[in-house]
Amino acid sequence: MQNQTQQKNSIPLWRDERVLNILGQAAFAAALILLALIIYQNMKAGLAKQGITISLDFLKGLSGFDISEFSFPYDRNSSYWQAYLVGLVNTLNVSILGVLFSTILGIILGVARLSTNFIINRLAAFYLELVRNLSLLVFLVFWYLGVFLKMPRVKDALLWPGDIILTNRGVGIPWGLPTASFPTFRLILLAGLLLALIVFFSLRAHGKRTGRPPLSLLWSLLAFLLIGAAGWLILPEAPLTLDLPFVKGLNLSGGKILSPEFMALTSGLVLYTSAFIGEVVRAGIQSVSKGQVEASRALGLNAFQTLRLIVFPQALRVIIPPLTSQYLNLIKNSSLAIAVGYPDVFYVSNTIQNQTGRAVEMISMVMATYLLFSLITSALMNWYNQRIKLVER
Amino acid sequence: MANLNSVLPPLTERSGPLRWMRKNLFGSWLDSLLTVLGALLVYWAVKGFLTWALTVAEWEVISANLRLILIGQYPIEQAWRLWTWLAILFFLAGNSIGIWARGSKYAFVVLFTPALLILLPFGSASRIWLAALTLTGLIGWGLGRARPHALKRSVIAGWVILLPVIILLTRGWSETEGSAVPIVTTNLWGGLLLTFLLTVVAILFSFPLGVLLALGRRSKLPIIRWSSVAYIELVRGVPLITILFMAQLMLPLFLPEGVAIDRVVRAMVGMTLFSAAYLAENVRGGLQAIPRGQYEAAHALGLSGAQTMTLIVLPQALRLVIPILVGQFIAVFKDTSLVAIVGLFDLLGIAKTVLAQPAFLGLQREVYVFISLIYWVLSYGMSYLSQRLEERLGAGGR
Repeated sequence: MQNQTQQKNSIPLWRDERVLNILGQAAFAAALILLALIIYQNMKAGLAKQGITISLDFLKGLSGFDISEFSFPYDRNSSYWQAYLVGLVNTLNVSILGVLFSTILGIILGVARLSTNFIINRLAAFYLELVRNLSLLVFLVFWYLGVFLKMPRVKDALLWPGDIILTNRGVGIPWGLPTASFPTFRLILLAGLLLALIVFFSLRAHGKRTGRPPLSLLWSLLAFLLIGAAGWLILPEAPLTLDLPFVKGLNLSGGKILSPEFMALTSGLVLYTSAFIGEVVRAGIQSVSKGQVEASRALGLNAFQTLRLIVFPQALRVIIPPLTSQYLNLIKNSSLAIAVGYPDVFYVSNTIQNQTGRAVEMISMVMATYLLFSLITSALMNWYNQRIKLVER
Repeated sequence: MANLNSVLPPLTERSGPLRWMRKNLFGSWLDSLLTVLGALLVYWAVKGFLTWALTVAEWEVISANLRLILIGQYPIEQAWRLWTWLAILFFLAGNSIGIWARGSKYAFVVLFTPALLILLPFGSASRIWLAALTLTGLIGWGLGRARPHALKRSVIAGWVILLPVIILLTRGWSETEGSAVPIVTTNLWGGLLLTFLLTVVAILFSFPLGVLLALGRRSKLPIIRWSSVAYIELVRGVPLITILFMAQLMLPLFLPEGVAIDRVVRAMVGMTLFSAAYLAENVRGGLQAIPRGQYEAAHALGLSGAQTMTLIVLPQALRLVIPILVGQFIAVFKDTSLVAIVGLFDLLGIAKTVLAQPAFLGLQREVYVFISLIYWVLSYGMSYLSQRLEERLGAGGR
């Protein structure tokens, strides 16, 4: 006992690692807090000079500017807050579409890159090398100024099969126009979704019990389509009528008109991100050792079964983490909308900030928004990653 | 594989163009269909692009604005300053190749690039300078090869002081009118020059910051660890453009009154802070790959914590992540184009200036294709060279 105290005392306080650690951290924290305080004081003094105090009250004010694209009612008499929400929804639209399409295109590219067909393989490799070494912003600007704004004028609009009209005012595509029975149809679709989920999980449970995994996704999709088709036929009037785009004077009308800004942003993001996703997919598939494929063929599984039951589940474990970061990149990169004039959340907040001079508030709000998007996406993907992870003993 | 109990000799691979085509192009009917579709796509794309590039496109916009695209509004009579630091750069590069990568033919390509660029529509003065660049590079290479051991230290020292020299020469120092090296204010910096400087500064300054953040994230001290984690995750969670806007609009507010910083410097600060967070994560990957035994052995040898880090762990960790860092640096290079959105005249920003000239209205395709080409060649060149050098130097592996 005495010996121990002696030993304790033999280390002087200024050389005791525990004490030093605490002191060091305290000094570090103090320096950080001091820095933050100085910055805050400077900022307050600077803003006071401009007659601004930090608050979010200005968001209730009238926006007074128009936004070219909105998914819910908005005009210049709406508040700044509503303008911000319009931008937020636009960002979400672009992000969701971008993630969806770049995943599909990315998987195609990744598989094509591994194809034994020489031409397909080389084509995919060329595309990946070409796009991955470009600057995204230059790429987006090129698509906007060099492609979509260079489309023919409305009066000599380019017609593509499938009633697609290409002009420099936008791209018109056929779209479904809801009729009176659409709300009922929506309910039917919801029921179909529910049934599909039930089918999916019961088939999966059945597969787990018997050890013969059925094509649960396919069957549930079929169930959904069946309900949808039945609903469409049963209803007295078709829930959607086909609305074709047409040229009306100097503008496009009917169908769904996609603005050049939206087209440039979405197609640019998709084409760019899909190249990176293609590499991720290729690496993932290559990470599955050849022995796995050979063993599965030796067990009598056919090529499709091998892909579905052996290669894909294993590749997925390698693919998911980098895929997540590609999704996050896409969402963050959608902020480059400002360069092509698409009113996403960053563009709108920039307009608000120009009008009100509230740089600190708006930048903080936008940062918080993107941070939230990033957190949600990584949380979702982490949850999925946990589910597919190898269960080790 | 198909015939397990076979005693036959293994099939000898027969080759020939027809056999190759059958195997790689027409293996099955699906394969043949894909081949035909792919060939059509190639034909259509190549034909379309060549028709445009050779008959439709008006490339005068590039040749008339080459200087603007390369150095922006930088005064032409001061251009010798840029050529001078380029010459120093090539001398050092040649030296380093001579010392460390003697026989690498890819490294040689770098030295001969300026000589190739003479083919572009430059003025005669620029052509002489370009030839001089290759010459200084070759002299440097010869010297490095002749006395590798004597020059090693001075070459490293040269690289270390190169950046200050570049900045000093580009900016100038004399305020008096009519002097040899008057100050060229940063609003005149532009084009590839600005892109290059932004990239180099962001890389060099974010490197130490990133390493510190990575060490901080691995630290056992909670306050340091959590502040590093907070910084890294915060920066990685937001788009670069918001950080650049913050640097442009909020940084002046953070500073005490009377302290003004230049717009270009603000962009450099933004790029550095952003890139440091990503770099930290890359370095952390390397740190995590160093086995515990290394730490324990260092401790057993009596090295202190700081010595263990700087002498044992970091050199190994950094060596491991060199390939990833090169990728990150290329990303920084590509990302510098975002400063065009905050109004700087980098490679992308200068395009707007070029396109605003009445003589060249509506030539967006030509200008942006050319700028994309610059980005592509430099990014691809960097990644290709680094891959070859890594193979030679065995970096990235252990």
